[in-house]
Amino acid sequence: MADLINLTIDGIPVAVPRGMVIVDAAKKIDNDIPVFCYHPKLKPVGMCRMCLVDVGTPKIDPATKQVVRTEDGKPVIAWMPKLQTACTTPVSEGMAVRTNTKQVLDARNNVLEFLLTSHPLDCPICDKGGECPLQNLTLAHGPGLSRFEYEAKQHNAKHVPLGDLIFLDRERCIQCSRCIRFQDDVADDHVLQFHDRGRHMEIVTFSDPPFDSYFGGNTTDICPVGALTTADFRFKARPWELDSTPSVCTHCPVGCNISLNTRLETRTGGHEIKRVMPRQNEQVNEIWTCDKGRFVHHFTRAEDRLTHPLVRDARGKLVESTWEAALQLVADKARGARVSGVIGDRIANEDAHLFGSLFSDVLKDGAVAMSPAIPAAYADIARAYGVGKDTDFKQLGKGDTILVVNGDLEESAPVWFLRLRQAVVDRGAKLVIAHDRSSKMHRYASRIVTYELGMAAHWASEQTTELSAELKSARNVLIVFGDEKLSAEGARSLARSLANILIESGHAGKANSGLLPLYPHANTQGVFDMLPATTVTTGKVDVAWLVGVGNAADVPQADFTVVQELFLTDIANNADVVLPALSFAERDGSFTSGDRRVQRFYRALPGLGQGKPDWWIIQEVAKRLGATWQYHGTSEVFAQMAQHNPYYAGLSYETLSQAEPQWPPVGRADLYYGGTAYDNSGGIGSRYAAPAEQSGFNSSLEPVVAPPVDMEALQHLPHTLYQDGELIRRSKVLSGHVRAQRKEAETA
Amino acid sequence: MSSVRDILSRLGGIPVGFATVFKTFFRKPVTVQYPEKQKPMSARFRGRHHLKRYDDGLEKCIGCALCAAACPSDAIYVEAAENNNDKRFSPGERYAKTYEINMLRCIFCGYCEDACPTNAIILEPIEFPTGYTREGMIYTKDKLLEPAPAGVQGTPQATPAGKFERAILPFPPIDVSV
Ligand code: SF4
Ligand code: SF4
Ligand code: SF4
Ligand code: SF4
Ligand code: FES
Repeated sequence: MADLINLTIDGIPVAVPRGMVIVDAAKKIDNDIPVFCYHPKLKPVGMCRMCLVDVGTPKIDPATKQVVRTEDGKPVIAWMPKLQTACTTPVSEGMAVRTNTKQVLDARNNVLEFLLTSHPLDCPICDKGGECPLQNLTLAHGPGLSRFEYEAKQHNAKHVPLGDLIFLDRERCIQCSRCIRFQDDVADDHVLQFHDRGRHMEIVTFSDPPFDSYFGGNTTDICPVGALTTADFRFKARPWELDSTPSVCTHCPVGCNISLNTRLETRTGGHEIKRVMPRQNEQVNEIWTCDKGRFVHHFTRAEDRLTHPLVRDARGKLVESTWEAALQLVADKARGARVSGVIGDRIANEDAHLFGSLFSDVLKDGAVAMSPAIPAAYADIARAYGVGKDTDFKQLGKGDTILVVNGDLEESAPVWFLRLRQAVVDRGAKLVIAHDRSSKMHRYASRIVTYELGMAAHWASEQTTELSAELKSARNVLIVFGDEKLSAEGARSLARSLANILIESGHAGKANSGLLPLYPHANTQGVFDMLPATTVTTGKVDVAWLVGVGNAADVPQADFTVVQELFLTDIANNADVVLPALSFAERDGSFTSGDRRVQRFYRALPGLGQGKPDWWIIQEVAKRLGATWQYHGTSEVFAQMAQHNPYYAGLSYETLSQAEPQWPPVGRADLYYGGTAYDNSGGIGSRYAAPAEQSGFNSSLEPVVAPPVDMEALQHLPHTLYQDGELIRRSKVLSGHVRAQRKEAETA
Repeated sequence: MSSVRDILSRLGGIPVGFATVFKTFFRKPVTVQYPEKQKPMSARFRGRHHLKRYDDGLEKCIGCALCAAACPSDAIYVEAAENNNDKRFSPGERYAKTYEINMLRCIFCGYCEDACPTNAIILEPIEFPTGYTREGMIYTKDKLLEPAPAGVQGTPQATPAGKFERAILPFPPIDVSV
C-alpha cells in the first residue's frame, strides 16, 4: 500500500496504513496493548481507558513549520501531557508511542483497580474463568489486593436471562459496550442498550421477544468478562478441560468455520460436544457464526441415534442385525436391479463421490439424484457463473452493486447477511432487492422491486436487458438469489436470466462478481459436483437407496428401500434396511460451500454404537458388487475424486488444511483483543475457479422463457433459520424458536 | 573334631532366626489389626477425601473443578449444574452434579484441598480407601459427601429467593478497631 505511516512503538519502527489506530499498529509488531472496550471488528469508542499509552509527535517549530531536530538529526518528540487511549488515536507520521513507562503501567493498574471495585469473586464458577480477559489482565497488570471496602461493593442481579439463549450477570459486566455495538453495528438488531448511569449502568434488552437476534451467541465471545453466557454452555465445562477440533458448520451454504469443543461426560459415557465456537476465517465467517450453527449440535449425541444396522424381518418389523448381514442383503438386492439413488445435500463430498461412482461404474441399471431436487436444477448455472475464485466480500464497496433476488439472506445464509450488509452500510456498495416480500436486507436497499408471489423468474427474464444496462457501469456485480416459491424449471430459468445479466453487463467470470446461490444446506454445491449426470428413472424401481434424505417427496417408489441415516426418521421407518451413519462430528471429510470454497472438517468425537461413515457403507456394498475399491479413508477418496473431477483438479487435503496468518489476529494468548473465537489452524479451504473464469468457456446469452407459475411451489414455505427439522429438533435450547417459527409459518 | 562354633555355623542362620523370633514374640506388637483397630492419626494426616457441608446442610462444593485442574494425577472428575431456589444444593448458582475421585490414582498430595475456593474438599485422617474392585475405588459424590448435620435437611433444599445468591463470600472483615 502506498499510503504507509511510519511511527515507533517503544523505539521499534513500524509502518502501517493511514487511519490505523495505535492498538492495531502495536499488534503488527506483537506489542499487545491491553484493551477491554476496543475490538478490531467494532468501531472504537474509548470507554474503558485500559489502553492508555504515552504518545508523542515530532515537535514542529512554529516559525519555520519544520520538524525540530537534535544535533544528531533525530526529531525532537513533543510528548503529550497526558496519556492517550491507543484504541482511538490514529497513527501519524513520525509518531512515537511508549507502552512501558511507569506512568502507563500505573494507569493500567489503576483502571483495573477501579474495574474490580465491584467485581464479584466469581472466577471459580464463571464460565469465562480460564479464558477471561479481565482475569488475565488483572494477573498481568492489576493490583493483588483491593483497597475497597466489601460493604461498599455493588451487588447486582446475577441471573438475568436476556432472552432464552443468553444470560447476563450484572455484577460481572464492566460496561465496555462491545455487546451493544456488535448488535447495533454488525448484526443490526438493536436489542441491547445501557440503562442508567455511572455505577448503576447496566445492560438491558428491550426487544420483544427479548434479545431477538440470530447472532446473540457472538456477544458471549467478545464480552471481555463472563457477564454474557449462553444458556447452552452455562456451567457445562471449564474452558481448559475442552478439546478443540476444527470443523465446518453444516446448516447453510456459508460454510462457517467452527471449532467443536468436546469433553468427557457421564451421561453418554464418552465424549460430547460442549460448545461450538467460531473459528476465524476472514474469507468466510470472519470470527462470527449464527446461533443455529452454535446451538444445533445436540443431535450428535441424541438419545435416539441409530447404533445398529436394522433389517426388516419376516413379520415386517425392523430388527437389529449385523453389518455383514445387512450389507450382503443390500448387495444382493442391488445386483442386476434397477436402482434409484438419492443423496441429501448435507452429506460430505467424499461420500457423494463414491455414491456417484457406484452408479456410474458399478451398478448396471441405476440413476442417482440429489435431494432436495430444486437446487439440483440450477446448481450447474450457479457454478458456471459463480463468484470469481479471488472474490473477497471485504473488497465489495463503493461502485459495486449487490443484487438480491428472491431470497432472504438473513434467514438462508445469516453470516453472508452480516458481510454483505457491511459492504452496503459501511463501505457504500449499492443494494438492489427484488423479492415478493420484505426481509431484513430491505432496510439497506437503494432500490426495491416487489413482484407477485412466484413471479421471480418472470421478473428476471423480463428485466434482463434493462438491468444489464444499469449494471454495466458497476465495478462489480454480485447477484444473490434463492429459489423460494419456484419449481425446478422456474428456479433454473431464474438462474439463467441472472447469468445472462452478468454476461450482458460484462461481469461474468470475474473476481468479486458472480452468482451467489442461497442453497438449503452446507454441501449442496459439493454433492451436485460429485454426482454424474444420469437421467432420473421415473416410475417404480427395484431398489431405492437413500443417503441422508430428509424430504419425503424425493423418495422414489421401490420394492426395496435402503436408508443411511442418523435417526429412525419417518423415511427410515418405512425402509427395509436402515444403516446407521456417523454425524459430521464423528468423522472427517470436506464440504463445498455455496460460493464453492472447499473446506475440510475433522473428527471430534468417537463414533456412536456401530455407526459407520457413509463413504464406508457405500464402499462395502460396492465391494460386494464386484468393485475393487480399497479406500482406507476420506483423504484417499478425495485424492481420487480430484483426479477425475475437473473442478477439483489440484485440490488435496494438504492444500485445504493450509492456514495463513489472518488479520486481525484472534484467539491467541491475548483473548482481550479479539475475543474467544478460535485461531484457524485447521485450514482456510480453497475456492475452485468458476468455469466462466476459465479461458475457452463459452459465456453466451441463452434466451429464457419463464415457465408458468407452479401452484404447488407456491405452497412451499419460505426458508427460515429455525425451521423445524430432524437436527434442530434435538437441541432443546432452541425449541422455543423452532416452535415460534412453526407457528408463524402455519399462520402465514 | 567339632566345636560349638562349628555346629552353629553348620546350622546356618536358623538359631539366629529363632532367637529373633523368641525375642520379639513376647514384645508388644507395633502393628494393629486394621480395620478392626485403628491408630490415632495426626490431625493433619491426608487420608480419604470428604466433601463438606455448611451448618445449614448446603454443600460447600460449587462444582468449579479447580480441584480437578490442580490434581497432578488427574483423579478428580466434576460435572456442574445450576441451582435454583426450589432445588438448591449449594449457595450460589453452581453445584457439582457429578463428583468422582479415583482413589487408585490419587496420591494424597492434598493439592485439591489447596485449590478449593470454598474449603469443600478435605482429606481427613479417617477411613482409608480400600476395596476389592477397580470400580469400587472410584468414589462417587454420594460416598464422598458427608451427611447433613443432625436435625438439618440435606440437599437439595428449597430456599428463599435472594438468600443464597453468591457462591463465594469474602472472609469476614478484619476487626481493626483499637
Ligand atoms: S468475568 Fe473474569 S474476572 Fe470476572 S468472575 Fe468471571 S472469570 Fe473472574
Ligand atoms: S455484557 Fe460484556 S460485552 Fe456487554 S457491556 Fe458488559 S462486559 Fe461489555
Ligand atoms: S489428593 Fe492430590 S492426587 Fe489425590 S485427588 Fe487430591 S489433588 Fe488429586
Ligand atoms: S471441591 Fe472445591 S475445588 Fe473441587 S469442584 Fe468443589 S468447590 Fe471446586
Ligand atoms: S478505551 Fe481503549 S480499549 Fe477501552
